[in-house]
Amino acid sequence: MPALKLENVYKSFGSVDVLKDINLTVEDGEFVVFVGPSGCGKSTLLRVIAGLEDATKGSVFIAGEQVNDTPPSRRGIAMVFQSYALYPHLSVKANMSLGLKQEKQPKDLIETRVQKASEILSLNDYLDRHPAELSGGQRQRVAIGRAIVREPKLFLFDEPLSNLDAALRMNTRIEIAELHRTLSASMVYVTHDQTEAMTLADKIVVLRDGRIEQVGSPMELYNNPANKFVAGFLGSPAMNFLNKPDGQGGTIGIRPEHLRVAKGGKITGKITHIENLGSDTNLLVRTDTNEPITVRLFGQHAMDVGAKVSLTYDEDQAFEFDNDGLRVMR
Amino acid sequence: MNKARHNKTNVIAAHAALIAYTLIALFPVFVIVINSFKTRRAIFREPLALPNADTFSMVGYETVLKQGDFFLYFQNSMIVTVVSLFFILLFGAMAAFALAEYRFKGNTLMGLYLALGIMIPIRIGTVAILDMMVATGLVNTLWALILVYTAQGLPLAVFILSEFMKQVSDDLKNAGRIDGLSEYRIFFNLVLPLVRPAMATVAVFNMIPIWNDLWFPLILAPAEEVKTLTLGSQVFIGQFVTDWNAVLSALSLAILPVMALYVVFSRQLIRGITSGAVK
Ligand SMILES: Nc1ncnc2c1ncn2[C@@H]1O[C@H](COP(=O)(O)OP(=O)(O)O)[C@@H](O)[C@H]1O
Ligand SMILES: [Mg+2]
Repeated sequence: MPALKLENVYKSFGSVDVLKDINLTVEDGEFVVFVGPSGCGKSTLLRVIAGLEDATKGSVFIAGEQVNDTPPSRRGIAMVFQSYALYPHLSVKANMSLGLKQEKQPKDLIETRVQKASEILSLNDYLDRHPAELSGGQRQRVAIGRAIVREPKLFLFDEPLSNLDAALRMNTRIEIAELHRTLSASMVYVTHDQTEAMTLADKIVVLRDGRIEQVGSPMELYNNPANKFVAGFLGSPAMNFLNKPDGQGGTIGIRPEHLRVAKGGKITGKITHIENLGSDTNLLVRTDTNEPITVRLFGQHAMDVGAKVSLTYDEDQAFEFDNDGLRVMR
Repeated sequence: MNKARHNKTNVIAAHAALIAYTLIALFPVFVIVINSFKTRRAIFREPLALPNADTFSMVGYETVLKQGDFFLYFQNSMIVTVVSLFFILLFGAMAAFALAEYRFKGNTLMGLYLALGIMIPIRIGTVAILDMMVATGLVNTLWALILVYTAQGLPLAVFILSEFMKQVSDDLKNAGRIDGLSEYRIFFNLVLPLVRPAMATVAVFNMIPIWNDLWFPLILAPAEEVKTLTLGSQVFIGQFVTDWNAVLSALSLAILPVMALYVVFSRQLIRGITSGAVK
């Protein structure tokens, strides 16, 4: 039985259609990531699933049960918010146990669940503190703990790492992935960050303007994007798009790592900027046809800004898109 | 204080301005208090002089405590002010929460309707209010005053509080909903503590006019047993003779409870401002 099923879900605020015809299945134990630019409706979709917003049209099923008219607390979900949203007047322990208390669960069950969760998240030493006395990373762990203790059928995460600094973000990302493995729970995770999407997801759902653009495993989407938007959104640095030389419209997409510096290549241009990352070197090049292009070279390379370069790539690693941005298969 | 951001002249100028303002604001209070301890003759001869051995007199306070039931007046004023403030804050906050939190038909219109009361003085409706109070038999009860003051305070309270409530994080309220808190618990336990500074502001704004009001006590509750302090003090102001000792003493006494209330609310205000930084 799928953990979550959405059928023809629409959501409008007044005359603004924020979600359009969303159809989606999350299998039991699957980690699904909604990814898309800011304002595309990811949070709204998550809130519809949680029951914090009503769908204008369509059905939401959680663990096989239609929940359109079920209040959030009875949907068997737990949610982690970007801003942590901890109760400021309650201790860490009380924050984590409030949901279970509201369900009138017995005291010893609450105690064991809180113990277990704080063990997993190494929050044991902080149980009596208040949220104001914790760092950002600790607060986010408490928020995750609050979700874990409820043992929900479905976890919902809304950009949980966005307020953390870069180093902490990577650690917490790994923790969330491990959490998914240990709990083998179904999770829906929203982010605008393609790295998080690629690294965490069993299945990625790419959203744009309230529509699903493509669904698939990270590598499926990376290797086989259905359109220019998906191709450009996944991968860092982003894919290069060059107008077709024959002047018939349409574009060719080449990932930065598929370009090589070689004499007599298909593309020539001038280096405008160099980013030395140590492990990689990114060249920003302006082609002779005046298009910007990024080249990702493995390792360290001594190059000069302003120098001329000639670039080449393998035809079978390039993607072709028509005028509407749809993929053209060859 | 951070030295790099505060240069000396600015600090001195700012303090000078604030001290000057404080002196100006406190001067009338000061004059009232010192004169309340002087003989009648000394009040008129040297109104700005401090009381000394010759001029010191408690006669004003003696008159005040003898004449009429001053403690009862005190109590009446206190009850009316505190209960009115309680209702203004309770109902104002509830209405503000509804306007800020829920999308329903006529939400904006309702907000405008409630805000209208800010611009229309309630005294315009005095005759109608008196009619209603007579019809409901509330004339000469403290409830008459409490109801009127609550109505008078609500528009501004709703206006201010709804602005603040819109800024309370949606995520926090949603977290509460997912944990199964009722809308009432979300309102009382999560939202109200976060808008405490705004509540204190509303309380302070409403407190003084209610405490000092003469109009409605005179019209709605002039009977001896429900007189407020302000109305009670009027017995000393006659058409031909005014007992200035008594008036000044009564005024001095009337300042005390307001000051106590103010201290309570301003503490809240400052605590709210300094602790509000936690997300
Ligand atoms: N309560 C609301 N009322 C009106 N418009 C809203 C509301 N919530 C979200 N929106 C609009 O819906 C769109 C999607 O918002 P959101 O789901 O928050 O995007 P994302 O999370 O992908 O950044 C935005 O254009 C936003 O302005
Ligand atoms: Mg969002």
